Amino acid sequence: MIQVPEVFLEGILPAIILSVAGIVTMVVGLFIRKGAATVGGIISAAAVLLAFYANAPLRALDKPAFASLISLDGYTWFFNILILIALGMTILTSLRYLADEGMDLYEYFVLLLFAGAGMMFMVSGNHLLTIFIGLETLSISVYVLTGVLSRSPRSSEAALKYLILGAFSSGLFLYGAALLYGASGSLGLPGLAKYFQSGSFTMMGGVGMGLLLVGFAFKVAAVPFHMWTPDVYEGAPSPITGFMSVGVKAVAFAAFARVFFESLNALQVNWTNILWVLAVLTMILGNLAALVQDNIKRMLAYSSIAHAGYILVGMIAGTAAGISGILYYLLAYTFTNLGAFGIVTLVGRKGEANVYLDDYRGLGKAHPALALAMSIFLFSLAGIPPTAGFVGKFTIFSAAIKSGYIWLVIIGVLTSAASVFYYFRVVMKMYMESPDVEPDGIRFSPSMSMALVISVVIVLYIGIFPTTYLNLASESVKTLF
Amino acid sequence: MENVSYLLSLITFLPLIGIIVLLFINPQSHNTLRWITMLFMLADFVVSLCVYFQFDPTTAAMQFVENKPWIKDWGISYKLGIDGISLFLLLLTTFLGPIVVLACWEDIKVRVKEFMICLLFLQVGMIGVFVSLDLFLFYVFWEIMLIPMYLLIGVWGNPARRLYAAIKFVLYTIVGSLLMLVAILVLYFSAGKATGIYTFDLLKLYEFAIPASYQFWLFLAFFLAFAIKVPMFPFHTWLPDAHTEAPTVGSVVLAAVLLKMGTYGFIRYAIPLFPNAAMDAAWWICLLAVIGIIYGAWVAMVQTDMKRLVAFSSVSHLGFVMLGMFAMTVQGLEGSIIQMINHGLSTGALFLIVGMVYERRHTRLIAEFGGLSRVMPIFAVFFMIFTLSSIGLPGLNGFVGEFLILLGTFKVFPTYTVFAASGVIFAAVYMLWMFQRVMFGEVTNPKNEGLEDMSVREIAVLIPLLVFVVWIGVYPSTFIKPMEPSVKNFIQQVDKKKTIVQDIEKSNGQAWAAVSNIQLVTSVTVQPSDRRY
Repeated sequence: MIQVPEVFLEGILPAIILSVAGIVTMVVGLFIRKGAATVGGIISAAAVLLAFYANAPLRALDKPAFASLISLDGYTWFFNILILIALGMTILTSLRYLADEGMDLYEYFVLLLFAGAGMMFMVSGNHLLTIFIGLETLSISVYVLTGVLSRSPRSSEAALKYLILGAFSSGLFLYGAALLYGASGSLGLPGLAKYFQSGSFTMMGGVGMGLLLVGFAFKVAAVPFHMWTPDVYEGAPSPITGFMSVGVKAVAFAAFARVFFESLNALQVNWTNILWVLAVLTMILGNLAALVQDNIKRMLAYSSIAHAGYILVGMIAGTAAGISGILYYLLAYTFTNLGAFGIVTLVGRKGEANVYLDDYRGLGKAHPALALAMSIFLFSLAGIPPTAGFVGKFTIFSAAIKSGYIWLVIIGVLTSAASVFYYFRVVMKMYMESPDVEPDGIRFSPSMSMALVISVVIVLYIGIFPTTYLNLASESVKTLF
Repeated sequence: MENVSYLLSLITFLPLIGIIVLLFINPQSHNTLRWITMLFMLADFVVSLCVYFQFDPTTAAMQFVENKPWIKDWGISYKLGIDGISLFLLLLTTFLGPIVVLACWEDIKVRVKEFMICLLFLQVGMIGVFVSLDLFLFYVFWEIMLIPMYLLIGVWGNPARRLYAAIKFVLYTIVGSLLMLVAILVLYFSAGKATGIYTFDLLKLYEFAIPASYQFWLFLAFFLAFAIKVPMFPFHTWLPDAHTEAPTVGSVVLAAVLLKMGTYGFIRYAIPLFPNAAMDAAWWICLLAVIGIIYGAWVAMVQTDMKRLVAFSSVSHLGFVMLGMFAMTVQGLEGSIIQMINHGLSTGALFLIVGMVYERRHTRLIAEFGGLSRVMPIFAVFFMIFTLSSIGLPGLNGFVGEFLILLGTFKVFPTYTVFAASGVIFAAVYMLWMFQRVMFGEVTNPKNEGLEDMSVREIAVLIPLLVFVVWIGVYPSTFIKPMEPSVKNFIQQVDKKKTIVQDIEKSNGQAWAAVSNIQLVTSVTVQPSDRRY
């Protein structure tokens, strides 16, 4: 008789809440003529808060569930929180955006919620197939969200591009998984780990690992697999770009680190060298390309590529300190980048008409608070104390130095010195130049202001008093090592 | 550690409270904003005077130490303290605070609120650098001060090239400081691995004998960061641009305090942490310093813009500071510290004076002026005194510093001293020549005829500086005495540590060894309360 595996619904309760809320929104939305988007937003926000609550017990757990398809531990807990933060902030910034664009789309929030559920499975996945299914749930939702601006050819182009390249990278991932299965006879991370720890290493396994790595590199937008990023980030609606740049990136890194440290740890020597090259290329190209951008969304896209490079440095460090550095970095980056994209959304106004750097001229005079917030986000991205971004870079670089990668860190800090130029350029536009024509006023909304205030406060707070959050991060990675 | 004094924290963060107060003030009520800023700057100065009067000039130990864990797991602490070396730099910073506020009273008319916030923010960063005794904390303050300075130059600067100057300043500084960050981390981990103590605490790191091979690279990184800040030749190219484009008070703060952060960094961090590498490099660094002295003077001579001239004179003066420091003699080092203060006072004053001329005529070209002494006699007096102080006339402050430096250096590098001394002569040439062209002769340009002489406010700005210029010149002991124990101890410790590292390396090559046998005096904290016994 086939044994029925234990069912542990509490463990996946956050994802269930998000999915149920998505279905409810879908049904409710059908019956509302006007203001469906607002209702959808409220339901999703409530779901996010509930999921936060449901996620809390995961922190103390460390167990595989559902026949070891997923693993419930502090790592999952931490990333679930990140996902929920990203979701919550995106919901807050999207409400204003949808109203501005005159789009009463409740489907927008449905897709966001489903993407969130997919992300949660991806970070908890203890089996390559679970990770893949989570990845696809997430990706398909985000493809559609990218193209949600049906009237904008750019948005459609971005969606198509993203779909094709995303499908391509998913294919690579799956192919890699298949080869690994062929080599080891298992798709579960523990099974893979056992196989590689026993010292067996075949060509097939090696190629499988390589393809898996490329698949992940696509998802985290590491050079040279970054080509889709600038176009997609530019074409997608600003709040979604923010969501992609933090949420999707964070979970991709979460799964990346989990797979490589839990199951392929025995091969660390092999993949660290590949990552070293990827990280250097990513940091250099991301930062250099960002220098010459005129469009702020493209600039932030390249900056997010560069940040992927810094995070890779944490993976290369290969120690618990490196991974917990990544966790803290992603936390800092989540708030910083979502805040920055919130402002990009606000300044963009209707139809994203103002997404060029020159549109930021005179912002310091017209909207001092907004400009100050943007400056703080940019300083944090540039890694200037006392912001969260500085502590993030500090943790990652210190982990790398501890593992002896001094040259890598020197390349990292030099490229990050170059990044100061383009981040400060925006500050310069805001405070030191004035616009040719007075632009229209910016329309604030309570939800948007709330998102920005939360981001600013947290970016500064966890930058000045990082101890608690650093400890959280290092606790959360314990189960991985 | 009973009876911990929180004075240093108060000094550091008082301006921050000022910023918070300013945030609630209507941006249109300019005078209220100015008065509040003034009030906080004055309060800050008064508190720092309390520190001065409670300061024990007989000991080399760190005083007013505060120590609180900040990020405990990494050994990062919130540790503050001052000794005779940082005392006067701290005082200089707080002393200039109210002066710059007064100086920009009428100069800055747009975005007054933001300007005042920047000034106060800058003050936090600068004071923080001088009082912190933890590498991480130091780095945070060091970087923080970039932002307000960037804004000062970029927003209120000279419209033509302010953006270029602002970003150049930031990029130069940040490249150096990020490499320093790498060095800090390498030091932290390798010291931790070797001794088991992971700490950013400067006084603890002092006690480690670092292998010479490590010292070289670490010193190089620290050297780059500080040399850019000082700025030493050939890393000085950001300075003339930043100075010329910055608003008057921006230049004053930049020259008087910001550049001292570089020289202070050498004394507090680069030399005592890596004495072997520093002493090996002394010859080269002194060479660069001498080149800087002469090059700065020569380039200053041909400037047509008064502000640029003063800026290049800074390069020359700071060459003296570096020369005296790396001679590693008591006189040299004392002269170097005195010269840091002097440069802050006289160059600060000269920038203010150039600013006053600029406010009246909206030009700083020397050729536009001539015969100003007839129109502005009071102005002429002040200008003359500060010019002479900058040249190093006996009886004024510049002489004391330069004399001590030359005296201290002669024992070690006689050739360099000879060349450096020529810098004093060149200084007389470019300063007096400029003074002559601007102030003496007939009033050739009709635009200069109706110029108003100095207002009461402007006189009030310069008088305090004048007092100290004369005081240091006539009776330098007030300033030298409190720093003497610290300076002597500094040189002793550096020598001692240097020999210990050499001995260790000679015997078994195993440096790093927890150097518990170096009982540094600085690690014994003397609290103000202990002093009475």
